[in-house]
Amino acid sequence: MDGIHDMGGMHGFGKVEPEPNEPVFHAPWEGRTLALNRALGYTGIWTIDQTRYGIERLPPDVYLSSSYYRKWEIRLENLMIELGLIGADELKAGHALRPGKALKRKLTAADVPNTLTRGSYTRPASAPARFKAGDRVRTRNIHPQTHTRLPRYARGKVGTVEAVRGCHVYPDTAAIGQGDNPQWLYTVLFDGRELWGEGSDPSLKVSIEAFEPYIEPA
Amino acid sequence: MTHEHDDHHEHASELSEMQLRVRALETVLAEKGYIDPKALDVIIEAYETKVGPHTGARVVAKAWSDPAFKRALLEDGSKAVAAFGLMNRVGDHLIAVENTPQTHNMIVCTLCSCYPWEVLGLPPVWYKSAPYRSRAVNDPRGVLADFGVTLPSGTDIRVWDSTAETRFIVLPMRPAGTEGWGEEKLASLVTRDSMIGTGLAKNPKEVS
Repeated sequence: MDGIHDMGGMHGFGKVEPEPNEPVFHAPWEGRTLALNRALGYTGIWTIDQTRYGIERLPPDVYLSSSYYRKWEIRLENLMIELGLIGADELKAGHALRPGKALKRKLTAADVPNTLTRGSYTRPASAPARFKAGDRVRTRNIHPQTHTRLPRYARGKVGTVEAVRGCHVYPDTAAIGQGDNPQWLYTVLFDGRELWGEGSDPSLKVSIEAFEPYIEPA
Repeated sequence: MTHEHDDHHEHASELSEMQLRVRALETVLAEKGYIDPKALDVIIEAYETKVGPHTGARVVAKAWSDPAFKRALLEDGSKAVAAFGLMNRVGDHLIAVENTPQTHNMIVCTLCSCYPWEVLGLPPVWYKSAPYRSRAVNDPRGVLADFGVTLPSGTDIRVWDSTAETRFIVLPMRPAGTEGWGEEKLASLVTRDSMIGTGLAKNPKEVS
C-alpha cells in the first residue's frame, strides 16, 4: 500500500538525531511490548509480513505521532482483535472476560534462548530464476492496496541485478494470509540519477531487495 | 512538526498511558493463556544484556585479522558468523558489505526497521526514525554530516535498502596504526554506527 510507512526520499522530516548512550529500552513498557510481540509470534498466529502490514495500516497521523513501540502496542491490540483472540471489551476491562482459544504453542521461559534467532525465509523454488547478475531490469509500476516491499521511490526504474539471493517467502501474499508463494529475490542496483533525477548526488548508488514479480527485463 | 522527536523524549502523558495500556494487554493475554509473563522477562533480559553490537564488533575484528574469515564472511555472512561460534544459531540471510577507499556502504530500511538484530542488537531510535529512513536513500552525505562524518572526496556511496529478509552489516575499514593489534583490542574500535555505515571505526588514539 502507498502508505505513510514508505518514507524513502520524502522531504521535511529534519535532521537525524542520534542519542548518546541510548538505552536498549526507554521505559519498561517498551521491553514488555517487544517481548509480547516475540512471544505471540512464537505461537504461529501470524507471519512477520502480517505484523508489518499491521503497522502500515495505522492511520498516518497515528503512525507519525507515535513512538516506535507505541506503534507496536497498537498493532498488537489490533491484530489480536482482528484474529478474534481477544475483545476490545477485555482490553478496556484490563482482564480476560472469556476463556482463550487454543493456539499451536506457547513460549516458555526455557524456550526463549532457542527463539532469539530468526528463522529462514528461503523456500524451494518451483521454477528457475528468471534473471541473473548483470541483467538490466525495470521495476514494475505497481500500487497494490495491500502490503508490498517495493518502495515507491524505486518503481518504474531501470537498474542492474547485482546478486540472486535465493527463493524466499513472498511478502505480498504472506501479509494477507495467501501463503508463502515463494519467489526469487534479487539485489537490484540503481544509479542515484535514475531514482532522483539530475539533482542527485552523482556518486550515489542505491540497491533494493526485489522479488521477481517486482521486475521485468529492461 | 512538533512530534518529530517524540521517539527520543516521550511525554510523561504517553509514558503513563502506555504503561497502563501495555499492562492491560499483557494481563489479558496471560489470563487467556496465550503468553507466559516469565518468558517475557527472559526475552527482555536477553536484549538488555546479551544481544548487542559487541557481537558484530567481534565479527569485524576477526575479519580484519583473518583474511580467510573475511573472504568467508563476504561470501556468506550467516555461514561465516555461525562457524565463528559466537552464537548457538545465527539467522539466515546475513550479508556483509565491505567499505573500501572507493566505496562507503550505508544500511537503511525505508519501509520499516529491518536490522541485523543478532549481530547488532536492537536498532537505535534514530535508525527507525522518519528523518533517517527518508533521507538515507537520497541524501546519505547529509545524513553522514548529521553524524559528524565527512567522507574523502572520491569515495562513492552505496546505500542498501533492506526491503526483504536479507540483513546487512557493514565491514568498516580497519584504521591505520593498528598493525599487530589483537582481535579484542581491534573490536574496541568497532562502533555500532560503523557497522550501519553512519560512522567510521574509531581512531586508535581513542582507545590506546
